[in-house]
Amino acid sequence: MNAWTKVLLLALLGLAILRLPLPIPAAVPQQRLIRIQSSRYAFSPGEIHANTGDTLTIELVSNDVAHSLSLDGTDFSLSAEPGQVAVGTFVAAKPGVYRFRCTIPCGNLHPFMLGILRVGPDLFFLRGLALLLLALIVGLWRSPTKSAPPTRTAKSSITVLAV
Amino acid sequence: MSARLDLTRYKSLAGLLRNPWPQFLIRILALAGFLFTILAGLLGTPVGSHNFAIIFVWIAWWSALKLIFIPFGGRFWCSFCPIPMPGEWLQRGGLLVRGNRTVGLGLPWPRRLTGAWLQASGFLLVGLFAAVTLTTPRVTAWMLLGFLVLALTMDLIFAPRTFCRRLCPIGGFTGLYAQVSPLEVRVKDPQVCATHSPKTCFLACPWGLYPLTLKSNADCGLCLECLRACPSDNIAINLRQWGADLHPGGRRLLAEAFLGLIMLASALVDAAVFLGPWGWLKVAAYSVGSRSWWAFSGGFLLLALVILPAMFILAVWLSARLAHPQLDLRQTLAHRSQVLVPLGLMAWIAFTISFALTKAGTIPSVLSDPLGWGWNLFGMAGQAGTGQVTLLSLTVQAVVLAVGLAWSCRVARRISASLREALPLAVFAFFFNSTMLWLLAA
Repeated sequence: MNAWTKVLLLALLGLAILRLPLPIPAAVPQQRLIRIQSSRYAFSPGEIHANTGDTLTIELVSNDVAHSLSLDGTDFSLSAEPGQVAVGTFVAAKPGVYRFRCTIPCGNLHPFMLGILRVGPDLFFLRGLALLLLALIVGLWRSPTKSAPPTRTAKSSITVLAV
Repeated sequence: MSARLDLTRYKSLAGLLRNPWPQFLIRILALAGFLFTILAGLLGTPVGSHNFAIIFVWIAWWSALKLIFIPFGGRFWCSFCPIPMPGEWLQRGGLLVRGNRTVGLGLPWPRRLTGAWLQASGFLLVGLFAAVTLTTPRVTAWMLLGFLVLALTMDLIFAPRTFCRRLCPIGGFTGLYAQVSPLEVRVKDPQVCATHSPKTCFLACPWGLYPLTLKSNADCGLCLECLRACPSDNIAINLRQWGADLHPGGRRLLAEAFLGLIMLASALVDAAVFLGPWGWLKVAAYSVGSRSWWAFSGGFLLLALVILPAMFILAVWLSARLAHPQLDLRQTLAHRSQVLVPLGLMAWIAFTISFALTKAGTIPSVLSDPLGWGWNLFGMAGQAGTGQVTLLSLTVQAVVLAVGLAWSCRVARRISASLREALPLAVFAFFFNSTMLWLLAA
C-alpha cells in the first residue's frame, strides 16, 4: 500500500469518527424557558443544555448596556436594551455545540462575549478524543530512526548531540 | 538528509531574491504601516473592533503569522519586520549599503543572558496583559512604540538584531516554530565556504550567523543578505520537508523547552479567555490590577511555570527511565522538547481559526474607516460582519489538533530510541491536545 493510499484511508477513517451518525436514542422533546442575564462581558448562564428537538424560549435580560444574543449557525437573534427583557423562541433541531454571542458593541471585550448551547449529548468532544487517539497511534506507528540518546557523561553526550 | 529543492536554481527567481530593492520597498511599506498603526492606536477611536491598530495587528497580522508566514516561511516575516529597521540603518550607516559613518557601540550581548529565556518571559508577560492589549488600541500602540524604541536603543548599544534574537517575544515564538517550516537558507557546498576568505556572508549577516554552520531555522531571519554577499553563488534557498529541523542530532538548549512550554500554556489560557463562555474569566483577565486579575495572573503563571513543566518533566523522566536509566534529565529535557514544536504550532493554528476568522469580517470595514472617525474610504465602513463558529470550523480545528498530535508523536518516535521511550511524550501531547480540544470545541 503506498503512502497516498494510507493517507486517504486515514482521512476517511478520521471523517467517519467525526461525522458518522450513531444510533443514540433521543430524549422526548420538550418546551424549555431559559432566562439569560447579560452584562459586560458575560452571559449568565454561559452554558445551556437542551435535548434535540426541544423548543427553547429565551428571555434575554440586559443588566448594564444594550446586548444581543445571536446563535451561530442559525438566524436566531435577540436584542435587549438596558433593564429590558427580549423574548424569542426557536427549536433546537440539530444536535451539536453552538456558540451564542453578543453582536452589539458593548465594550472592549465585546468580540469575546460568548456563551454555549449544547443540543443533545456532547458527542463532538468524544469524537474529537477518538480522533486524537487515532492520531496518537498513527504518529507512533512508524519504523523509527534509531537515535543515540544523550548520556550523563557530559563530554560524550555533547558529542552525540552535536552530530 | 531528506530531499531539498534549491530555489536559486531558477534564474529569474534567484535574480529576484538577490535584488535588494523588492525587499527594501516592502519593508518601507511595512514601516509606514507600522507607524500608521501606532498613530491609529493613539489617535483613533478607543473602540477596539473599529480601530485599525487592533484589527490589523491582532486579527490580520497575528493570524497571518500563525496561518501563513510561519508554517510556510518560518521567520519570513522577520525579513520584512519594520521594528529593527531604524536601528539597522543607523548601525549600517545607510539604507541599503554600508556607509562611511556607522552608529552604535556594537557590544556583544551578555553571555549569561543568551538563550530564549528572556523572549519566553516576554511572551508570558504580554500574555498576562493580553485581554487589555488585544482589545485596547492605545495599549497596543504604546506596546508597538515601546518595541520600536527598545529595538533602536539596543541597536545603539549591542550588535545588530540583538533585540530580535534576545528580547522580541514574537521573535521567540517565530524562531521556535520556524523549525518546522519548509523554507531554509543553507550552503550548497560546505567545501567552498571552508576555503573561501573573507567570510563575506558572515560579515553581511545582520543576525551574526555563519551560513556554513546553520543547522536550524530558529535564528535565521531569511533576510537573504548572505545570498547577496556570496561571490561564489554558494547559498541555497531550499524547499524541504516540513519539520526537517526536528531530528535526533543537534544540540538543544533547555531554554527551548521553557519557550515551548510557555507557548503551550499561553495557547490554553488564550483559548479559555477569548473563546470560552466564562465571562468572569474575561473580566478578570481584563481588570488589570484588580484582585481578580492577580488571581488570573497567578493561575496563568502556575500553569505556565509549574503545572505544564511538571507534567512535561514527568513525561521526559518516565521516557528516560524506561529507556536508559543513566540519562541526564536536563539534557534529555532539552532534547525531547522538540515534540513541543509541532504540538504548539498546530494548537495555535486551531486557536486562530476560531479567534481570528470570526472577526475577519471587520477588516474591510476598518480599512474604510481606519481611525473610527466616520470615514468611508472604500465604501465598506459599517459593513462589519460577525463570523460564526460552525460545525465545519470545529471539524477543521479537531483535524488540525489531530495532525499536530500525530506530528508530535512522530517527532517523539524519531528522536527516541524505542516506542517505549516515546510513549510518555506522546501521552503528554495527547493530554495537552485533549484539553485544547475541550476548550475549543466543547
